[in-house]
Amino acid sequence: MNLALKDIRHGLGRFVLTGTGIGMLLMVVMGMAGIYRGLVEEATLLVDRSGADLWIVQSGTRGPFAEISRLPRSIEDRALTVPGVIHARSFVSHTIQREYDGRPLRVMIQGLSWPTDRGAWLPIVSGRALRQGHYEMIADASSGLKPGERVPLGKDIYTVVGLTQLMTSSSGDPMAFVSVADALAIQFDQPGEAIRVERIARLARLENIDLHRTQPQVGDRAVQPAGAIPALGTAMVSAVLVNVAPGYDPMVVGSRIAAWPDVSVYSHNEQRDLLLHGSVDRARRQIGLFAVLLLVVAGVIMALILYTLTLDKIHDIAMLKLMGARTTVILALIMQQAVLLGGLGLGLAYALGRWIFPHFPRRVVVLDEDVARLAVIVLGISLAASVLGIRKALGVEPNEVLS
Amino acid sequence: MTDTPSAPAALANAAPDEFPAVAATGLTKTYGDGHTEVRAVCEASVNVARGEIVALLGPSGAGKSTLLALLGLIVPPSTGRIAIGDQVVFADGQFQVRIQRFRREHLGFVFQNANLMPFLTAVENVQLAMEINDVPSRAARARAMELLDYLGVAERADHLPTKLSGGEQQRVAVARALANEPSLILADEPTAALDSVRGRQVMELFRKVAHEQNAAVLVVTHDHRALDVFDRSLEMEDGKLRRGRRALPV
Ligand SMILES: Nc1ncnc2c1ncn2[C@@H]1O[C@H](COP(=O)(O)OP(=O)(O)OP(=O)(O)O)[C@@H](O)[C@H]1O
Ligand SMILES: [Mg+2]
Repeated sequence: MNLALKDIRHGLGRFVLTGTGIGMLLMVVMGMAGIYRGLVEEATLLVDRSGADLWIVQSGTRGPFAEISRLPRSIEDRALTVPGVIHARSFVSHTIQREYDGRPLRVMIQGLSWPTDRGAWLPIVSGRALRQGHYEMIADASSGLKPGERVPLGKDIYTVVGLTQLMTSSSGDPMAFVSVADALAIQFDQPGEAIRVERIARLARLENIDLHRTQPQVGDRAVQPAGAIPALGTAMVSAVLVNVAPGYDPMVVGSRIAAWPDVSVYSHNEQRDLLLHGSVDRARRQIGLFAVLLLVVAGVIMALILYTLTLDKIHDIAMLKLMGARTTVILALIMQQAVLLGGLGLGLAYALGRWIFPHFPRRVVVLDEDVARLAVIVLGISLAASVLGIRKALGVEPNEVLS
Repeated sequence: MTDTPSAPAALANAAPDEFPAVAATGLTKTYGDGHTEVRAVCEASVNVARGEIVALLGPSGAGKSTLLALLGLIVPPSTGRIAIGDQVVFADGQFQVRIQRFRREHLGFVFQNANLMPFLTAVENVQLAMEINDVPSRAARARAMELLDYLGVAERADHLPTKLSGGEQQRVAVARALANEPSLILADEPTAALDSVRGRQVMELFRKVAHEQNAAVLVVTHDHRALDVFDRSLEMEDGKLRRGRRALPV
């Protein structure tokens, strides 16, 4: 006869209620750990998904995630001349918040290096990658956009052609992918009046220099973005992403590029570390510490609950001793209940979490390994907590039955 | 009984043809020390034979419960010697047996409150006492049912203690005390919580148990109306034990 089970069955309502309480507590612990994981994953998502071996950024800066990095788009072509480089693409990224369809649309615009990069590497769940170099957009599903929707940005209208899943910025905003040219157009969009004023200013500047006489048609292009006017200078991008051919050591290729005085180069892992120890570092540590704190609190509360459960049974335990029960009988009663309660709580926490966490505005990543880790911890807490009760129980004199 | 620990005196009230179920000599129990010292039991010697039911009488605070606790190996005596059956269980200031094991094999307890496990049914409570003593579950259950039947509560076997009356609970407690065929049953005011009719029924059960199960039964009681149930009585006062004044009919 299993006393623990019999006792639980007798007080089933109370057991379930207590288990539910513990379950909710553990769900919060699990959620906090999940938020921590989510933060790290979102932060490193773009670096990881982009799959670049090397990040070329403005000289002396730590790259676009840490600070403002600007470098000419032509670095892309220069990088391609380095032996071992098979792909080089521009990285353009900026967050916009516009009014769309009566609600604020906040997305992080990412430039794709058309035509080499059409976004085929993205986790596209519906629709397709880019098929033309302009006016097409792949958006993350969390933006609420649907395939076929037409989103006006700047002076152009972009058609959503594909949806990705779980592509969000390190601050949790959905990403949207357009060609680099489009991304720059969105970024440097100017109102008509500003363009008119700038055109006049450019023409006036041209009048004063030799260029106007040798290349008069430059004046016709003065209305276009600066990047589209070869004579005026090249477009600026945030970074250039480089992939290294198999057989080449990214470190060697990287050091070669790093020797250029006008850029800095980071490997994939360095860029990842910069992110984790830079922009999300404080948030990450804050949440990490809070998760640990919650775990400790949960442990203390569980210990108290299990201890009071044992206290409630002191009289019965004294009677068991009087009947000559072995210590193991009493240990089994307390420990089995502790473990069952912990198990019930954990199961409930997992089930509730699966149901609730997906509705959170930012990502909550509950990894199986974290659940397993929590299970071990809960088991440890259950056993440790029951030690308090067991000490009490083993100290019970059988003559407490007499009182 | 005398209050001296001499062996002949201790053996004097044993049934002549049988090893006494319990033979205790010179039992003293002192609580506290200095000015808080209480001599709860003082040089008490007890002999009860198997098949005998003995009443332990005395005013409140006389030390009756303490004496029972000493005999039940619940608290260690300060001095004295206890033999149960053919085994010396306490001598030279320490227990001579493994007390948990000895209790489950040889002793049965009944108290004022039945102290049944609230989460077990009547039959499970009795069964538990046997399972603690390594009786296989099925055999334990069968015997538990027999015992409940023997004590007249078989029809309440599957009820939880809270669904039983006080008298029924006490019968289940008696069944539990009997479960492992103990040689000594110790009962501390087992009928105090019952009305006189039910109290008497329980006392008569003890008598039946003593005689039919061949167990020694020592019952602390304040209820003088039921004294005719006992073979003899012992009286305690201020920790000292003496033979009962009244000779009781067998
Ligand atoms: N654990 C203890 N610590 C100190 N003194 C105790 C303890 N247990 C009992 N006593 C004292 O020992 C004496 C005998 O107590 P005991 O309980 O044996 O009396 P009793 O005859 O059973 O009385 P009652 O009829 O009221 O149950 C009392 O004076 C009591 O205060
Ligand atoms: Mg008493």
